[in-house]
Amino acid sequence: MERIPILRMGTTLLVTIQVDMHDEIAVRLLDDLTTMVTRTAARGVVIDISALDMVDSFIGRMIADIAATSRILDAETILVGMQPAVAITLVELGMSLPGVRTALDVEIAMELLRDAGDR
Amino acid sequence: MTPAIAEPNRPAIHVDIASNEDVVFVRQRAREQSHRAGFSLLETTKLVTAASELARNTLEHGGGGYVDIEIITDGIRRGVRMTFVDEGPGIPDLEQALTDGFTTGGGLGLGLGGSRRLVNEFDIQSAVGRGTRVQVIRWK
Repeated sequence: MERIPILRMGTTLLVTIQVDMHDEIAVRLLDDLTTMVTRTAARGVVIDISALDMVDSFIGRMIADIAATSRILDAETILVGMQPAVAITLVELGMSLPGVRTALDVEIAMELLRDAGDR
Repeated sequence: MTPAIAEPNRPAIHVDIASNEDVVFVRQRAREQSHRAGFSLLETTKLVTAASELARNTLEHGGGGYVDIEIITDGIRRGVRMTFVDEGPGIPDLEQALTDGFTTGGGLGLGLGGSRRLVNEFDIQSAVGRGTRVQVIRWK
């Protein structure tokens, strides 16, 4: 079964989604990430979706679920790299991803998490 | 629906929808047709997202089925028409099914209502016990 790899960088987990995910892969990513956050005591999760040319309601819900679950486990999720056309479509679809923090790229996201950790 | 004719030199793409992988396949085929029709990136993204929502509906609620994706013209207008057909249980209350947030499948209930906002024309016909047919058009 296909899996999205999760990289660990210090206390941050980095996920780069580069495949056109079907629903089971998306659900598996939520499971895997939740397990990894607990096992590594991660404080941050960065999800890079710059390679995705579409986010539908299912993938959108998966992203929101990752953010909500991570928050309960004391890790902050930052979504990076959403293409403008994807953002416009997602809002028109009816999903505004409330509660999901975003950043323009991975570097900015890592800085945000570092600053949060310093406080 | 606007009278529109399929472009004879561009045959419809037919995709069977029987698994999660097929939903991804539908997205890819919708993207190809969208490019052939000369859609912009934003138009393509909207069409492909609608295709994904409707294909998932066909799979989850209709128990599987198929879609035909065609390039159509109406005068000087060009567009992509997608027709999703299943022989599932049908939808008893269409009005309710099109309402945002209404769901029977454990999802967000954005599938039908959301995809309707992403296309220019939306037609749904359903008969309880016989199935559902959703036809959408996005014009360039």
